[in-house]
Amino acid sequence: MANKLIGEMDLHKRISNIFAARNIITAKDALSMTEFELMELLDVGMKEIQSAVRLISEAASPPCLSARSLLEQKVENEHLSGHLPTHLKGLDSALCGGIPFGVLTELVGPPGIGKSQFCMKLALSASFPKAYGGLDGRVIYIDVESKFSSRRVIEMGLKSFPEVFHLKGMAQEMAGRILVLRPTSLSDFTQSSIQELKESILKNQVKLLVIDSMTALLSGENKPGAQRQQHQLGWHISFLKSLAEFARIPIVVTNQVRSQNRDETSQYSFQAKLKDGFQEHTRTYDSHLVAALGINWAHAVTIRLVLESKSGQRIIKVAKSPMSPPLAFPFHITSAGISLLSDEGTELKGPGINNIHARGHSDMINFNGDCS
Amino acid sequence: METWRLPLSSSIRGKLISAGYTSLSSISSVSSTDLARDVKITESEAFEILKMANQVTGSSSCNGRSSSLVNGARNAWDMLHEEEALPRITTSCSDLDKILGGGISCRDVTEIGGVPGIGKTQIGIQLSVNVQIPREFGGLGGKAIYIDTEGSFMVERALQIAEACVEDMEEYTGYMHKHFKASQVQMKPRDILENIFYFRVCSYTEQIALVNHLDKFISENKDVKVVIVDSITFHFRQDFDDLAHRTRVLSEMALKFMKLAKKFSLAVVLLNQVTTKYTEGSFQLALALGDSWSHSCTNRVILYWNGDERYAYIDKSPSLPSASASYTVTGRGLRNSSSSSKRVKMM
Repeated sequence: MANKLIGEMDLHKRISNIFAARNIITAKDALSMTEFELMELLDVGMKEIQSAVRLISEAASPPCLSARSLLEQKVENEHLSGHLPTHLKGLDSALCGGIPFGVLTELVGPPGIGKSQFCMKLALSASFPKAYGGLDGRVIYIDVESKFSSRRVIEMGLKSFPEVFHLKGMAQEMAGRILVLRPTSLSDFTQSSIQELKESILKNQVKLLVIDSMTALLSGENKPGAQRQQHQLGWHISFLKSLAEFARIPIVVTNQVRSQNRDETSQYSFQAKLKDGFQEHTRTYDSHLVAALGINWAHAVTIRLVLESKSGQRIIKVAKSPMSPPLAFPFHITSAGISLLSDEGTELKGPGINNIHARGHSDMINFNGDCS
Repeated sequence: METWRLPLSSSIRGKLISAGYTSLSSISSVSSTDLARDVKITESEAFEILKMANQVTGSSSCNGRSSSLVNGARNAWDMLHEEEALPRITTSCSDLDKILGGGISCRDVTEIGGVPGIGKTQIGIQLSVNVQIPREFGGLGGKAIYIDTEGSFMVERALQIAEACVEDMEEYTGYMHKHFKASQVQMKPRDILENIFYFRVCSYTEQIALVNHLDKFISENKDVKVVIVDSITFHFRQDFDDLAHRTRVLSEMALKFMKLAKKFSLAVVLLNQVTTKYTEGSFQLALALGDSWSHSCTNRVILYWNGDERYAYIDKSPSLPSASASYTVTGRGLRNSSSSSKRVKMM
């Protein structure tokens, strides 16, 4: 929409020639300037500028939908109204069906907690035929840290969906739908290769994109200065969101954790003046962790699932979701992948939902048997 | 006043000045044909210049009209009555409504900002449902425009909130008409969804284009009473390298919103994100888009965590005192945090 050509809009010929003469070709060029600036640049009266801008804006505006038709579209066109089931009953009911299409879902947690296991299970789930609750499509798995193990995926499939996997050739077909990319850094993703990725997603029936992990992808960049990194990240955020939206697929991204800086605060300037007595909270030097990638990223993801370990028990929390209250479910990892120990989540209150604990978690993931 | 201050294109301005018309008084005494001939412009252009000059001088001369000494001004007493009669949109949380003076005010631009996960989108969806509460129940009976820049509008959640709103209305009529059991309310949840106009904006160009286009859209849909932008920040945070340019574009957009609010008597709610900034020797949270943007909105509400509760703080308002109130986000939408009653308090 932003790149619509002014020449193709219904503007008066004279005006559109004037725009073209000053190199204002697309709607983006015209609307990036204020009306006053346009008047100065094009040497045309204010009234004409205003009516031209009005026409350009009308042509470049996004279309209007009523929320009701939005809902109806989802129900009709999308499998399970636009959700990818995780096969974890409690989580699926909290998320109204599963990981939603069209938005970014983030998995964040300390190392070894099970993020990659979760992603592999999701990839499997998406490749399944529709009869078994899958999306019947391909999966692109961007594996930055080489955590993807096909042997593990097949094992998960055999253990959790034996009726499908034991059919002849099914395992090969399912595994054949998962396409794994192993870039070493962001520079492998140049502009052109990203466009190619986008096109291939649209052409080849890709139904899920997994990026494991986003932090590793961005940390490969050794650019000095935090500002530059934020700017880079900004572009990737917009790109991922628009890709999810455009292709109507779920995008799952994993994120790492870092320890909270002493400098960091979660207060506004007016909070110091409001002596509510709750300020003690922020002063405790609890050694908990926070998600990496910063607050800008935290705003951009729509659903945030936090995996943590508290006193030896692994917990998955729905920390940010527009449609569910903050719930926490205990889980463990078996040979069949992640499974919840209880489908009834406990509701957590307060900002503590965003804190990530990593203590008491020393058991290794045992592939050949159940975890204790 | 000098002619070079008039909003004209630079070539016409240049011609005027080189022909010797440097002050407004010199223009006012001449006819449009003479002006056209002297300055070598067309007659219609000369007419426009004269009209503009008259508008500018007309506002500074005494007119002797009964209600205004200055053209276009209204006196404060009349405005008081207007302000008191203005409807307000309830947030479904009576504590929050109390500190807002009854709810989100129409004819004003209100900015609401907070950290991720605090409930900004929830407030946006709640307001887009609550604006539709019919007048019999104390609402505005209007429609809503929801401009989504981040894709955070989950239509299933809007349906949940709409269903809870209809249930509350039915319960209310049940109370009022004690002989009937929960009587049928005319509105159904799907009708509520029908009245939310949803726009998905994918770039800042589309955002600016849409704001320009809203004037025409709202003239064609006069019962729109609230415009919610979720969030105003997203596209402006990453694509602009020149921050001064960004400030200019943002202030023009803010002015357009204000004009919309005043012209159509609707409420504009802008949801903003948060950033950290280094002031007074430490890092603090502040709303995004910079200091210049903070001046643009009339009212400003900041949502924050206080202990385990969500609070809202009136940071900036021309008439309300700074106060904070707590609220919760439940399965039915925004509600008071302490009470367990499900009855919605109607105005």
